[in-house]
Amino acid sequence: MNVSFQWLQDYVDLNGVDPKELAEKITRSGIEVDSVKARSEGISGVVIGHVVEREKHPDADKLSVTKVDVGGPELLQIVCGASNVAAGQNVPIAMIGAVLPGDFKIKKSKLRGVESQGMICSANELGIPEKFLSKTQKEGILVLPADAPIGSDALEYLGLNDQVLEFDLTPNRSDCLSMWGCAFEVAALLEKPVKLPHVVIHEDTTERASDLIQVSIEDAAPCLHYSARIIRDVVVKPSPQWMQNRLVAAGIRPISNVVDITNYVLLEYGQPLHAFDLSKLKHGEINVRYARSGEAFVTLDGVTRELDESMMVISDGFDAVALGGVMGGQDTEVNESTNQILLESARFDGGTVRLTSKKLGLRSESSVRFEKEVDPARVRLALDRAAALLAQYAGGRVISGVVETFKDENDRVLADVDSARRIHISNEKINLTLGTNLSSDEIAVIWSRLQFKAELHGEHWEVCVPSRRNDIRLAIDLIEEVARLYGYDRIPTSFIVGKTTTGALTNEQIIRRRLRGQLAAQGWHEVLTYSLTEPKTMQAFPVAGKHGVVTLAMPMSEERSVLRHSIIPALIEAAQYNRNRQLDDVRIFEVGHVFLGTENANNALPNEQLMLGLLWTGSKSPRHWSGKPQAIDFFDFKGQLETLFEKLGLTGLIWESSVREGFHPGRTAQVSVKIGEGVDVLGTIGQLHPDQQRAMDLSDTYVAELSVSVVVEAARRGVQFQALPKYPAISRDMALVLDRSVSVDTVIRETKALVGDLVESIRVFDVYEDEKLGRDKRSVAFSLLYRVPERTLTDEEVSQRHFGMVEKLNERFGAVLRA
Amino acid sequence: MKERLVSLQNAALAELEDVANPQELNEVRVQYLGKKGALTEILRGMGQLSAEERPVIGQLANDVRAAIEGALAELQTKFDAEETNRRLAQEKIDVTLAGRAPETGTLHPLNWVIQQVEDIFVGMGYIVAEGPEVERDYYNFEALNLPKNHPARDMQDSFYITDEILLRTHTSPVQVRTMEKMHGEVPVKIICPGKVYRRDNDDATHSHMFTQIEGLVIDKNVRMSDLKGTLLQFVQEMFGPETQIRLRPSFFPFTEPSAEVDVTCCMCKGNGCRVCKQSGWLEILGSGMVHPRVLEMAGYDPNEYTGFAFGMGVERIAMLKYGVDDIRHFYTNDLRFLRQFAHD
Ligand SMILES: [Zn+2]
Repeated sequence: MNVSFQWLQDYVDLNGVDPKELAEKITRSGIEVDSVKARSEGISGVVIGHVVEREKHPDADKLSVTKVDVGGPELLQIVCGASNVAAGQNVPIAMIGAVLPGDFKIKKSKLRGVESQGMICSANELGIPEKFLSKTQKEGILVLPADAPIGSDALEYLGLNDQVLEFDLTPNRSDCLSMWGCAFEVAALLEKPVKLPHVVIHEDTTERASDLIQVSIEDAAPCLHYSARIIRDVVVKPSPQWMQNRLVAAGIRPISNVVDITNYVLLEYGQPLHAFDLSKLKHGEINVRYARSGEAFVTLDGVTRELDESMMVISDGFDAVALGGVMGGQDTEVNESTNQILLESARFDGGTVRLTSKKLGLRSESSVRFEKEVDPARVRLALDRAAALLAQYAGGRVISGVVETFKDENDRVLADVDSARRIHISNEKINLTLGTNLSSDEIAVIWSRLQFKAELHGEHWEVCVPSRRNDIRLAIDLIEEVARLYGYDRIPTSFIVGKTTTGALTNEQIIRRRLRGQLAAQGWHEVLTYSLTEPKTMQAFPVAGKHGVVTLAMPMSEERSVLRHSIIPALIEAAQYNRNRQLDDVRIFEVGHVFLGTENANNALPNEQLMLGLLWTGSKSPRHWSGKPQAIDFFDFKGQLETLFEKLGLTGLIWESSVREGFHPGRTAQVSVKIGEGVDVLGTIGQLHPDQQRAMDLSDTYVAELSVSVVVEAARRGVQFQALPKYPAISRDMALVLDRSVSVDTVIRETKALVGDLVESIRVFDVYEDEKLGRDKRSVAFSLLYRVPERTLTDEEVSQRHFGMVEKLNERFGAVLRA
Repeated sequence: MKERLVSLQNAALAELEDVANPQELNEVRVQYLGKKGALTEILRGMGQLSAEERPVIGQLANDVRAAIEGALAELQTKFDAEETNRRLAQEKIDVTLAGRAPETGTLHPLNWVIQQVEDIFVGMGYIVAEGPEVERDYYNFEALNLPKNHPARDMQDSFYITDEILLRTHTSPVQVRTMEKMHGEVPVKIICPGKVYRRDNDDATHSHMFTQIEGLVIDKNVRMSDLKGTLLQFVQEMFGPETQIRLRPSFFPFTEPSAEVDVTCCMCKGNGCRVCKQSGWLEILGSGMVHPRVLEMAGYDPNEYTGFAFGMGVERIAMLKYGVDDIRHFYTNDLRFLRQFAHD
């Protein structure tokens, strides 16, 4: 809402009040004032002049030489380039020494040899934005009305000496969508009274409006109150300059006296009005009803709209003539030839207007106000105010009587000016909620500033909230009014007095922090990527199992249309981004949610899983002078995870060769962990499929995606001390020639089973492949450490067990002991 | 024999004076003290000596040996020291060359800010509550006093999946879920960090996905002054002990009275600068007393209990704290950006 400071002064005495200071005060009390703009834009020295003479320039076809009366002793000679300049006009004159927007100074000059003592200004040159101008005003100089006072300040005449405060209203303060509402707010802040205009209507009693028109609301139609007046003999012409100035200050383009008056009253009262050309309402009837499905309607802006059954229309008994609360129709529009009008002031259901406006993508000054519910008590007041203005400025004859109807009896009661909500509240409740210690007297002052009538019964208030403050319905709403007018700054600072609580992170939160902290300590960079992504990138890593992809109903773009079910694509994207900037070594991780669709996707939330995604590409360590960078391989990556798992206390890990889409089939593992009796899958780690790498222009890249909830479940915190070994160990090495298809892990597990509790650890210390070993064979060297806690083992018993085991391995895997 | 020993000693010592290297030293050692050396040779004649002479000559022979050995050892030490010095000189390195430093990892600045905020509130007795990012309309809006078709819903244009399911637009649904789980028990003291989503085009100051931290306290006799006290303590721990707060009335459907909270500009300490548009204040928090309808819907009698809630944008705090000028940096994951947070 753009609030003209001058207009506001009609209602509240603002003498000595600085607009900027007022704006700060309003902002600090709950309505943010986004800006305070001087309409003058730095203009000075422009007066109203009268063109006495106009002649063609002797040496230039397109120029005119004028003699202008600016109220001084002599006429000024001014050269003008506008085609519409003519003798007899009143026009704004920028005198010698005047300043126009953009610090443009007017000097005495010669144009093609003819002296010019100033400039005749167009509206645009005076800083009035194009959108507020008519076609002729855009093209030439600004022609002022005949009654414009010659020689006086044009800024004042055009309202350009005004300041405009831009209120950024929160949804609850729709009362300030009107100048009245703003006036009450400002008056409350400044502790001043409000003066409202006194409306007097002279009705022509020779006719009765109710004889001319019938008004009805169809049963279900969401119109709560419809009132209308008939005004005859109107003369459509421009509205008075002061009214145009105020409309422009508020951001509305002046059109004609009839339209301007409806807009003026809309701004003044916050009540939208509509004027129909009465002669175009063919059937002497107004009927408010729901639109029919597919009903076509041409709105004032000339656009044909297709309506549906959720929308409300005003009809002439047959056809729609207005889209209730949103916009009038072209067919019944007021134009220059209109001489009688039906003036509508109604109260439509906000939700219906909001929905219609949203569906049609059509917002108007009216719909904005109806959406937030208008003041029921102002419907008739606004109607009368507009009728009086039409009589005054359009020469109209107001036919006697208001034709009106209500949806139900309660709405008739609400329309009564005196109906106010009564809310009960105690001093104690106010002070307990705010932590203040306000007395009844202090609170009484606040009610009176708000102009709420209030009665005190003991410690309890009964407050009458006028209907203009639609937002105040509960005791807490009144407490807020007290708080903001008392001043938030004056509310004390205190500490909660209740039972003290112990704050702590949960086990899961602690483990998550450890996990992230440990990875950072190991040289990984934590990243954050978007959850919304494009279906295409997700396809490379399809959802496991039967889960569906979670898709937005109305995405803003294809790029952000589905929820990710894997973090890996986003990590790849981050790697590409960095490699495109010559950052080739990328080691990143993210802990974030992935989203798996459920079968019952309409009613059930997707399955959200917290995952740890990792990506590593490039070299093992930063480039160093001492050697060539070494590219990472699977085991560098796996080692990083093993360190992480150890740090988190994960034991009983099972690594198995695995095949997953998007991954290198020979260099990918599924890792699981034993939890209690069961085994849970942690996730997949491996190299990106070479095809993927090529498509993404990446060198060898390793990625992993692990379930954080499984990590948390498997993680152990706290340490149980194990006694140190008292007896020496016996070490035995063995190098076995094995088929490549036999995994080392299988051999180790089998070995453990065979040698049982004698072996303390088994470690692989060499893996060797050579043609000489045979096709698809390799040699794996194991180092076994034999020890038991309670005694020293003898060489003989170890040897017996060891060689027995080797024999079994031979039977089991064809493993041959290498010489 | 005596004379032979004395002259042997003199000869050996004289020869040692000319020794130039460890090899020569060793030759001298062998020549005089070796198994077939000169001293052994002389001592072979000991058997012919009388019983009286034998101890005297024996003593003398020991002295001679000791003298020669002493001289040998001295030289040996000298040669050793020279050798060591030579080797040390060879081993000298250029210590100004770069060390072999492993890559330093980093936590994401947004998560780092979350962690700091969590720690401050955990210290004040709060627990950290979490909830789903995809939410029901009920938890995201309705239970927060935002019924369907409420005009205030326009303030947060959202991403819907179905009519009833959407990406949460704030972390407030976690508050509702927590209250429900508490079944009317008090006190409730939680903070809820997490990702939220709104239909914004990404630019320098907007992001369709961003991070919030909200807090909620419910108990008997929770007052607005407690909210002020709590927020003051928080901002002073977060931004420094001189930081002040300023509350400004505002509107949120789920709180009343509601307040925007400004803090002393951390760039200029409140003196006015470009960042705070010369006001000395920065808006960083929204807050208010929990709306009675929200309490009621979550199973708390608003006549008995009151509460306050507050929320802040993590990006905004991180941008102010670190002077980051574009919100997109947080989601682009440029390593040159991330590495800057190694030592915060
Ligand atoms: Zn500043």
